[in-house]
Amino acid sequence: MIIDAFVLRALGAGLLAALATGPLGCFVVWRRMAYFGDATAHAAILGVALALGFNVSIFAGTLVTAFAMALMVSSLAGRGWAMDTTLGVLAHSALALGLVAASFLQGVRVDLEAFLFGDILTVQASDLIAMALGTAAVTALMLWRWEALLTATISEDLARSLGLKPEREGLILTLALALVVAVALKVVGALLIGALLVIPPATARVMARTPERMALGAVAVAGLSVVLGLMASLWFDTPAGPSIVAAAAGLFVLSLSLGRVVRA
Amino acid sequence: MNAPVLVEARGLSVAYGPAAPVLSHVDFTLHPGEIVTIVGPNGSGKSTLLRALLGMVPSSAGSVTRAPGLRVGYVPQKLHLDPNLPLSVARFLRLNRKLSGDEIAHLLSRVGAPGLEDRALATLSGGQLQRVMLARALAGNPQLLVLDEPTQGLDQPGTAAFYRLIEDVRREIGCAVLSVSHDLHVVMSASDRVVCLNGHVCCEGTPSVVSNAPEYRALFGLGTGGALALYQHHHDHGADHPDHPHDHETCDHDH
Repeated sequence: MIIDAFVLRALGAGLLAALATGPLGCFVVWRRMAYFGDATAHAAILGVALALGFNVSIFAGTLVTAFAMALMVSSLAGRGWAMDTTLGVLAHSALALGLVAASFLQGVRVDLEAFLFGDILTVQASDLIAMALGTAAVTALMLWRWEALLTATISEDLARSLGLKPEREGLILTLALALVVAVALKVVGALLIGALLVIPPATARVMARTPERMALGAVAVAGLSVVLGLMASLWFDTPAGPSIVAAAAGLFVLSLSLGRVVRA
Repeated sequence: MNAPVLVEARGLSVAYGPAAPVLSHVDFTLHPGEIVTIVGPNGSGKSTLLRALLGMVPSSAGSVTRAPGLRVGYVPQKLHLDPNLPLSVARFLRLNRKLSGDEIAHLLSRVGAPGLEDRALATLSGGQLQRVMLARALAGNPQLLVLDEPTQGLDQPGTAAFYRLIEDVRREIGCAVLSVSHDLHVVMSASDRVVCLNGHVCCEGTPSVVSNAPEYRALFGLGTGGALALYQHHHDHGADHPDHPHDHETCDHDH
């Protein structure tokens, strides 16, 4: 059953990514941070290039660059820069710089496509361990700060009046986002992490009556997308990462018609 | 002189970054059970004063003292409600707070919004949302109710009804009420004391004292529209021509 081993590892990696992206993705949707997620994810390519260049773990390299990028975006936004332009500049610059940096790497053959679109079928046991730790950390952050994050999302003033620090909650989201990028890089790649953050929560929204159920629904939708995408990828020999996102998109469309029935 | 004090500011200044301070040298005292309204033009630092008094923004000079263990119920200016956030009224009331179903039902009927528990917050009308936010603020049985422009977006009957509700609540639980408002006509009728602010305290006193103060008139004039004229005391009518030009700088005399 050698063939099953890599499929199982892929499945495990995909489900871990689903668990990590679901709840955080809800905050990305609620706080309208979709582009923020993209910028952070694109920075991962730079992280990959740096990690290979300095010969450190790719997971760590991605985590650090994604976190640095997310911090930079937050601080620029805090200084009153136009968010749309700032994110546009940073997201694409990070991607371009990462690609340029990767081209300098000699001796190491960098399979850029794997980092841009994911390479879930080559996930190793060591990758799985790093991903599990990352997912555990994100889940712990989400569970620990859930109420505070929710309050700060609805009204920063309300949060402050309760003695919470919205800036700190924002920092926690930033850290969680960097962790998710590092976890999901192998699964769907830097270009499609944003999709995995936004599409499952948007899909779960139709049926969800509470924030918690929307988060769980997002995990379920992302998990189902991983299963469907992997199956499609194996049967039709399509690239796994894009197949997973395509499956999520299909579920989203399905949820729209379902929503119409529910409301009727 | 030794009356108990809920919140007190002495020489309070607040500045955001290196820019000119939003507030300078503000002295302010709030006693239990008082209804105090802060009025002032846009950018006069009304909300900033509120936040500084609650410790939500740091002061750059001066001091703010709050009574130990002060229970504050805060009604924010507005909520950021993304339509994709499924949040019921009951869940909103339970954010960061433990409340039973009975307590929620009781709170909602007290603010005149019974039966809204299961409604999505995003689908409420402006008036309903204000009442729900008030219910949340009342949940902690506050000694001080703080409202930041609570009637923004409400029409005149809605505004008047909301302020009547606030007065009822104050009578019932005896909390002090500190609010920021630009609804001048309602301010005039409902407040024990009005503080007129424009970066500093221009004038302060009972509504009738403030409405006759030259500093207040310099800031707001008498020609701010029918609403003000409608609710003002008779002796104010005709005392000044509505179109009489006022110099806004008169306010700075108060330094």
